[in-house]
Amino acid sequence: MAAATVAMDAATEVLTPTSEEEAIEAFGDGTDVLVVGGGTIVVPDLTYRRLQPKKALLLGRSGMSGVSKNGSRVTIGATTPVQALVDLPAPVGPCAANVADFEIRSQGTVGGNVCAGEGHEAPRGDLQGALLAVGATARSASAGDVTEEPLEDFLPRRGERLLLSISFDEPAAGAYAGLDRPHTHDYTALSVSGARAADGTVRLAATGAGSHGQRLTSAESGDAEAALNDVSPHDDALASAWYRTKVLPVLVRRVLDELKESE
Amino acid sequence: MNLTVNGVAHEVGGSELTPLLDVLRLEVGVMGPKAGCHQGGCGSCTVLVDGEPRRSCLLPAGYAEGTEITTVEGLGGPEALAPLQQAFVHHYAAQCGFCTSGMMLAAQAYIDRGGTDDHEAIQAALGGHMCRCTGYSKIIDAVAAAARGDSFDLTTTAVGKYTRMANGGAE
Repeated sequence: MAAATVAMDAATEVLTPTSEEEAIEAFGDGTDVLVVGGGTIVVPDLTYRRLQPKKALLLGRSGMSGVSKNGSRVTIGATTPVQALVDLPAPVGPCAANVADFEIRSQGTVGGNVCAGEGHEAPRGDLQGALLAVGATARSASAGDVTEEPLEDFLPRRGERLLLSISFDEPAAGAYAGLDRPHTHDYTALSVSGARAADGTVRLAATGAGSHGQRLTSAESGDAEAALNDVSPHDDALASAWYRTKVLPVLVRRVLDELKESE
Repeated sequence: MNLTVNGVAHEVGGSELTPLLDVLRLEVGVMGPKAGCHQGGCGSCTVLVDGEPRRSCLLPAGYAEGTEITTVEGLGGPEALAPLQQAFVHHYAAQCGFCTSGMMLAAQAYIDRGGTDDHEAIQAALGGHMCRCTGYSKIIDAVAAAARGDSFDLTTTAVGKYTRMANGGAE
């Protein structure tokens, strides 16, 4: 198998940009381009030949890594390792700390995590819920056009654009609750993130309750059960729809309680 | 690509997309990193890249160009075992040994970044590593001992005796 991997790679054109501008140019409109951040999600797919791309865009040396802060505005470059977020306040920090293990967090990137397509076993994108809860915006490029938009608008088309950075205002309070993972390698089966903005607005979002992270707007006024109006949890290798449906309101309640305590 | 493995420079062919694990085992011929699951789930392929533990099965080889790669062979050999390796011997922390090289490199990185003998911190540092033989407690004991700086006289233990015999040492 390993020898076959070496042979297969020769058919893929590898692009290695050394700046954000070069990355945008190399990505083009994204046709036939596989974007590789840290590699933790896509390299096994290449090894086992689930992916056989014409081009691979390796972002490791593109200089798009780093967390910067301007007042209360936090900006995270797309190739920042997930591990760099674990000390941020809730919900983003605890959510990042619940991704895989130390080694994978240190290699896997925020952009790769947010942009991962739905896996063949389960949804991916552990960080999506926490970033939706803090009202993050996504700056992305395609065909040379760079736009910044709310993350919830970006997520459905994340496979078509090159994510450059994510920004959000640090919330006044935040909370995170998730199911324990049976194995460090598993993606998040279900988690709920909540944040109260400086103006008092509460935002809730879930990871694992749909094909990508989703807002739970119906529960934001305080009715945990109403979260089920916003999502239709499904069956997959990590959990059944029945179990997710039972647990989602429990996690929402915990997050709401924690936000209330911090008032 | 130019890779430096255990202090020795190697020029290797192939794509930058090839997992570092395949390059190390098939081209460089270093067999310390084990190909367990080949998808990041077991930890047995872990190597140090500039001192940081990385799953070599998940790392495109191009990302390792220009770095210092350390495999278990670079920690110490039979003639001069590293303190961590001595701790593994003393505490019976290896049985079949398949996970051991990855465990030791993750543990060495943990100790190098100032890790203590706190069992919970060691568990977090080794959280991505699977062992199907020892039940983990002996591994954690060994890492804790090495983190404390315990020293061992392996000639006085049964394990040390077997190790010496396996090395061809006279009894």
